[in-house]
Amino acid sequence: MTERLVKVYPAFERFWHWMQAALIFILLFTGLGLRGLHDLLPFGPAVMLHTITALALVVLWVFAIFWHLTTGTWRHYVPTTQGLWKVARFYAFDIFRGAHHPYRKAYWRKHNPLQALTYLALKLFLFPAIWVTGIAYLTYNFWEHQPNASLALQIIANLHVLVAYLIATFVVVHVYLLTVGHSFVEHVKPMITGFDTVDLTPEEEAYLAADEPGRLK
Amino acid sequence: MRSGRVGPSLVVALFLTDAAPVMAQVQSDGKSGSTADHSEFGILKKPFASGPEVTEACLACHTEAAEQVQESIHWTWDYTHPTTGQKLGKSRVINAFCGNLVSNEPRCTSCHAGYGWDGSMDGPPKAETAVDCLVCHDKSGTYTKLDNAAGHPPLTPVPANAKTITGAPAKPVDLNLAAQSVGLPDRDNCGQCHFYGGGGDNVKHGDLSSALYDPDRSVDVHMSKDGANMVCTDCHVTNSHVWAGSRYNVAAHDMVGTGKPGERRDVATCESCHGTAPHKAASLKGLKLNDHIDRVACQTCHIPEFAKGGVATKTFWDWSTAGDLKDGKPYGEEEFVQSDGKRLHTYLSTKGDFEWEENVVPHYAWFDGQVEYTTIDRKIDPTKVVEVNSISGSPDDGKSRIWPFKRMEGRQAYDSKLNNLVYTNVYGPETDTAFWTNFDWSKAIEAAMEKADLPYSGEFGFVDTYMYWPITHMVAPSENALDCEACHAEDGRLARLAGFYMPGRDPGGTVDRIGLAILLAAIAGVFGHAILRLVLRMGGRS
Repeated sequence: MTERLVKVYPAFERFWHWMQAALIFILLFTGLGLRGLHDLLPFGPAVMLHTITALALVVLWVFAIFWHLTTGTWRHYVPTTQGLWKVARFYAFDIFRGAHHPYRKAYWRKHNPLQALTYLALKLFLFPAIWVTGIAYLTYNFWEHQPNASLALQIIANLHVLVAYLIATFVVVHVYLLTVGHSFVEHVKPMITGFDTVDLTPEEEAYLAADEPGRLK
Repeated sequence: MRSGRVGPSLVVALFLTDAAPVMAQVQSDGKSGSTADHSEFGILKKPFASGPEVTEACLACHTEAAEQVQESIHWTWDYTHPTTGQKLGKSRVINAFCGNLVSNEPRCTSCHAGYGWDGSMDGPPKAETAVDCLVCHDKSGTYTKLDNAAGHPPLTPVPANAKTITGAPAKPVDLNLAAQSVGLPDRDNCGQCHFYGGGGDNVKHGDLSSALYDPDRSVDVHMSKDGANMVCTDCHVTNSHVWAGSRYNVAAHDMVGTGKPGERRDVATCESCHGTAPHKAASLKGLKLNDHIDRVACQTCHIPEFAKGGVATKTFWDWSTAGDLKDGKPYGEEEFVQSDGKRLHTYLSTKGDFEWEENVVPHYAWFDGQVEYTTIDRKIDPTKVVEVNSISGSPDDGKSRIWPFKRMEGRQAYDSKLNNLVYTNVYGPETDTAFWTNFDWSKAIEAAMEKADLPYSGEFGFVDTYMYWPITHMVAPSENALDCEACHAEDGRLARLAGFYMPGRDPGGTVDRIGLAILLAAIAGVFGHAILRLVLRMGGRS
């Protein structure tokens, strides 16, 4: 095992991450306004911005899903119990004793097990939930004549809002955890430059050096 | 003749809306397409001594016209509601304005589409020549009706100080000129009755006033010469002298729209021209606006205010203060100044206290099109505000939409022992009972109830009333339609309507509380975690 500076976040992944972050912030901001929790934007423009942003996010997700499937990067999110307990115990106890983060990044495991599990839940449940309820809400025109359409719309809208709060909760915890382990800056930097310190097996190192030299520094 | 009525703007408007209402008798070059010139008919050149003589001449060719008119509500003033079975119509209902027809005939029936309905309890006259063809079909603009002659026009010699139904000084009508210049009804034909309901310009409806003779585009985008330049009958289409449009049984939600190409639809709905998805479906905004049409009537957003164009409407009428005299004589006060500078009555000994408003924000309610009236046979609860007419509808019935209304507030006479509204005899210069002549409520109520053959206990009081008038005219140009936040706001126009989901109006609902609780718990947890880290590590270092 050698520690090397490896490009773990290719350009598309970084673009996807930051674009998604920006779009989610716009959606949360406009969404809160639409619920009447602030009036920094008039209702009409807020609806339009919310809708356009949501559609942009859907398009981005379509590309991201395609990217994950074709590049094999989806494997980073396969859940594992290996080391899960250690990481959980670290956040709950060991961190207060000044212990080091127990997880060491590998080339095919750039997230720690708890992180991977959280992202998987986000991708499998929260994002599809907000997506499905949002599209159902947006396409109300096409099913408004169904029986109890109004009640259904109310349920869909409430689910949409509830999931939005859960996503906001994720954002809070996600940002906070950037301060855990390394410094905040060190955590954010790889998502900007793409490069992070990763343990490479000799085989991985040899492969990258021979076939993807651009991913090594 | 309708020459010059259809301008290029209308052609453009119709093209844009994809729906061309049938413009009878008007050709694309704007000339009349009629095959008859009425000034050429010999029968219309003979001298006429009265309105009925003109009608007789009309009927010589238009053999079925009188019978058709006499079956229409314009003639019968009688309507049996198909859903509620209530017997309604002008001849029966009580309103929050002049009250009732019975015993006030020659005055109220001055606007009847006939001649000589002077007080018979059997309804309007039976003779076919009693139909007034000219009031609707005169295109010379000179035909009028006296305000107290049961529908007859002013003829030579005109009585001194006589007035027409619009309140103008009466001038003798040239019946030959009128008879020879007939055509399809224009806005002044309909307007001289419908703009002046309730005893004056825009008193009653709020959205029908003399401002519609020549409105700015901002006042009425359909009727403005700078807009579509349409007249009443372009929407209120007729079939055998029966008109589309009803205030008793409103087509409150038209699901059919324009119908098939060329299909004739006898409805006066917005949708019959604009379709059931009127906003541009190709745009995101249009798609979102079209989302609303199952719950919100077109009028709600597109008529942000009524009583526009400088003509105020009466919004409050307190009959209980009527009868106050100065030195034994009736008097009036004119404290309201309309935007055109005209002063309007705020008190009259004959009628009581009034309030007026211009550019009125409507009252909003769920409406399924059905209107019930507190007819004279219904018991009322005088401790509450009595709804002279009640609009039915709810957010849950699947057919109601949110509609705008003029809500007229009144204070009206009722039988304080039998607890029902009463008819009152107000008009009658030569009678001993008419309130406007003698200022005695007891006599005025007793006389009217007796004439209607209804019980009256002899004791009366005054009760607060509301009366609702659906608002559907004075449509604003699209750029002046309501913004979303007019309603989607905590204190928006629909703040009073409860019991349905509406984003932006009800912050702090259950879901928001749960969601915020989760979010705040996470923030608190994060802060707690961070503080623990700081405190414990600092402790470790020392």
